[in-house]
Amino acid sequence: MTAIFYLIAAITVAGGLAAVLLKNLVHCALAVTVAFGGIALLFLSLEAQFAGFVQILVYIGAVAILIVFAILLTRGSDIPKDGVFSKTWLTGVAIAAAVFAVIGYAVINSVNAIPQQDAVPHVTVHDIGLALVGPYVLPLEIVALLLTAATVGAVIVAMHEKGGSE
Amino acid sequence: MTLIQEVNLFTPQTTASAITGVLWLIPALPIVASGCIALFKQPLRRAAVTLSIGSLGISLLIAIAAFAHVLSGWLAGNAVRETVNFTWIRFGSSAVELGWVLDPLSAVMLVMVCFVGLLIFIYSTGYMEHDENFTRFFCFLSLFAGAMLGVVISNSILMLFMCWELVGLTSYLLIGFWYHRPSAAAAAKKAFLTTRVGDIFFLLGIIWLFAQTGTLLFYSHGTGSLEPLALASLLTQHAGLGLTAAGAIGLLIFAGAAGKSGQLPLHVWLPDAMEGPTPVSALIHAATMVAAGVYLIARVYPLMQAGALTGGVTTSLTVVTWVGASTAVFAALIAVAQNDIKRILAYSTVSQLGYMMAGLGMGGVAVGMFHLITHAFFKALLFMGAGSVIHGSHDEQDIRNLGGLKQLMPITFVTYVIGMLALCGFPLFFSGFWSKDAILEAAQHWTVARAPFYMLVCGALLTAFYMTRQVSYVFFGQYRGHGHAHESPRVMTMPLAILAFFAVALGAIGTPAWPWFRAFLDGHAAESLSEPGLFALMATSSLVVLIGLGLGWVVYGNKSPEPEAPDALQVKMPAVWNVLQNKFYIDELYGATIIAFYAWWARVADWLDRRVWGGAVAAVTWLFGLFAKFNRFLDANVVDGTFDKGCEEISTGGGLLASIQSGVVQNYLRILALAVVALVLILFWSSRP
Amino acid sequence: MTPLGGYLLVAALMFAIGLAGALVRRNAIMVLIGIELMLNSANLNFIAFWRYGPHPEALTGMMFAIFSIAVAAAEAAVGLGLVIAIYRHTHTTEIDKINRMKG
Repeated sequence: MTAIFYLIAAITVAGGLAAVLLKNLVHCALAVTVAFGGIALLFLSLEAQFAGFVQILVYIGAVAILIVFAILLTRGSDIPKDGVFSKTWLTGVAIAAAVFAVIGYAVINSVNAIPQQDAVPHVTVHDIGLALVGPYVLPLEIVALLLTAATVGAVIVAMHEKGGSE
Repeated sequence: MTLIQEVNLFTPQTTASAITGVLWLIPALPIVASGCIALFKQPLRRAAVTLSIGSLGISLLIAIAAFAHVLSGWLAGNAVRETVNFTWIRFGSSAVELGWVLDPLSAVMLVMVCFVGLLIFIYSTGYMEHDENFTRFFCFLSLFAGAMLGVVISNSILMLFMCWELVGLTSYLLIGFWYHRPSAAAAAKKAFLTTRVGDIFFLLGIIWLFAQTGTLLFYSHGTGSLEPLALASLLTQHAGLGLTAAGAIGLLIFAGAAGKSGQLPLHVWLPDAMEGPTPVSALIHAATMVAAGVYLIARVYPLMQAGALTGGVTTSLTVVTWVGASTAVFAALIAVAQNDIKRILAYSTVSQLGYMMAGLGMGGVAVGMFHLITHAFFKALLFMGAGSVIHGSHDEQDIRNLGGLKQLMPITFVTYVIGMLALCGFPLFFSGFWSKDAILEAAQHWTVARAPFYMLVCGALLTAFYMTRQVSYVFFGQYRGHGHAHESPRVMTMPLAILAFFAVALGAIGTPAWPWFRAFLDGHAAESLSEPGLFALMATSSLVVLIGLGLGWVVYGNKSPEPEAPDALQVKMPAVWNVLQNKFYIDELYGATIIAFYAWWARVADWLDRRVWGGAVAAVTWLFGLFAKFNRFLDANVVDGTFDKGCEEISTGGGLLASIQSGVVQNYLRILALAVVALVLILFWSSRP
Repeated sequence: MTPLGGYLLVAALMFAIGLAGALVRRNAIMVLIGIELMLNSANLNFIAFWRYGPHPEALTGMMFAIFSIAVAAAEAAVGLGLVIAIYRHTHTTEIDKINRMKG
């Protein structure tokens, strides 16, 4: 548990907290980008370089931008009169706390029983590529299909109602 | 010498030939024709007439062929009796058997019924021309003809009974043909019920015969009920009152014949049956149906004659003779005082049937059957002549309103007189003389008593008297009717002429010089009978006839009394006249006793049915109604109430549950997360060691 | 506390924070942001177990995480498209106002 780990963890958690607590939606979007970055750094610290860079590319490079666009298109920057938190926010926080308690308890109780291997895995992109077209070729193809469907679906859903291309 | 002795019997032939195989067509064709006509509409007259006359014509041809076959057998010295029997229903070890027989008796009867029937059918096309129910008439006529022919050919007593009943039904339909007339409907009902009384005894006789002999067939290669084996067994059984089983069964069967043939206590239906159209009277009440009773006795003659003492006398035959003789005189007396042209002929028929029965009882099958054959021809002729008179004088039936038709309807007059002389038994030239003489001969030699002979002679005198009365009222004097009387069309007078010819010619088959008919029926060679008493008897009967004719002419001849004036005889003996005219008050007697009792019994039964059984049913119904009301109460309040309450509760609960769906997605998410927590806790708890 | 345990706890914390955001914030886009945080924490779990668990050469955890990222991206696209479409109809992104599907 090095100091680097604690630092990155702190950044990530702070980003997440900020994302959830800030009033301005655009600030929230930026905060969540920080959280994504923190997660990417955590991936890198776990020797999952490929996953970390994919995380940066996809989440920060696409999902966060998408969120910003959506905020833009839905006038999210205006702060509503009734406040950003629901009237029953305490119940929600309690539920989330319960979930954290349960999972935390599970982790703490069992983590010492899991055999850990400390050797650093050497995984190259070449290996990942071979795995993708080898054992994981089916998920690969299905994900391709899924992405196509999602693209088409998103276009249709978000299209203006008069039909045809705008 | 007795006349029932079997002389030089021929060799019996019993194997069925080809003609016997198709004998069943004779009754079947008219019945099928009747069925087809029943489906026609009323205007299809030509088709109906073609079918019925055609079918009866074909039946006549087959009957002639059958007769020729039997005749050729007789000429070759064989006594033909061929049967075709078959089993209809089998139950256990017994079976219901039907079949038909071809022997001289049935052959002769077949030809007579078909021929006379055919002539009457042709006559009817003219007589019923103006009636709108023409096709229905021919349907019933054909059905009747088929049924009568069935009675004639049947070899099984059950089949005979079935056809017998069918004959009764069709006579009901035909007597009540003009059913909208209350008198016709009542007459039909009376005919049916009276013959029914006789038929009940007949049925009892059939059942007893079947129980005793075990077979329904008359002739069946030795096992039939009329064959010696069965008759012997019947004679050994005693049935009380000094009768053997054979005698008792014979009497029961005679009761049935008495109903159909109008013998003394059961004669009441026959005069009323004149309500039917004249061809019906001619066919049914002259030639065929009433002859069915005589034919039945002739058919079961071996049974009637079983255990005969000398002279062929048995108890049953004695009863037959007495009943016949009494009927002959009784009816002749009544006929003297009647004024309806057909009613006179009706009573004459009853009287002649009495003659036939007496002939059967005293003289045997041939004597009775000979008179039946000759009577069929001249009585049908007389009825059809009366029909011609009625038709020509525009439906006038009272003889007091007729007269002078000798000039206006010459053909009818000539043929009618021929028939009348045949009926009276005018000497030598007319068939009635020979047939009646045969009966009188048999009566003269009857060993039991002499009284029937005197009764029959008396009847002959009366017959001549009343027929002369009728002829002088109708044909002589002045025409007292309304409108213009005219001769009938040729289609009606042709049959009259043909029948008149036969009324004369048929006598030839039964003269003592050549008793062909008796020889043919009994199955032996024809030998002329010569007896000293024969000529004396012929002279006596001729004298009696002439006295009767003379008396009638003296009292009524050629005078033309006013319609309202009392009858000449009535003036001389009014009390006797009244009794005779009211038919000895027999109808009134029956009305006061039997019918009154029956009406009372019907009322009792009605009360029983309505109050007692009806009350019981009403009580049960009321109980059920109560039960139904209770059920409805339960259903509406308890069942429905519970159900409705339950539904309400469910609805409310559903409403409560539905409020969980707030529509706010976040709430759903919260519940999801809670559920996940709960699930994990459960997993923890369940995996505890 | 092993290193694996640390990573797992961080992931659990991130998950709870994301869940809280999804349950508490009124804006629909905030719910989606919370969901993205939850997905990320799950990915972190996968990678942590891949690194510290047996057979890392089988690349199972890595593959799972990569595919999960791909699917999450697609789902984010569609979800945000839906939010935009709903905004066009109801002119609001507050989810407690969009309750027409209530029972």
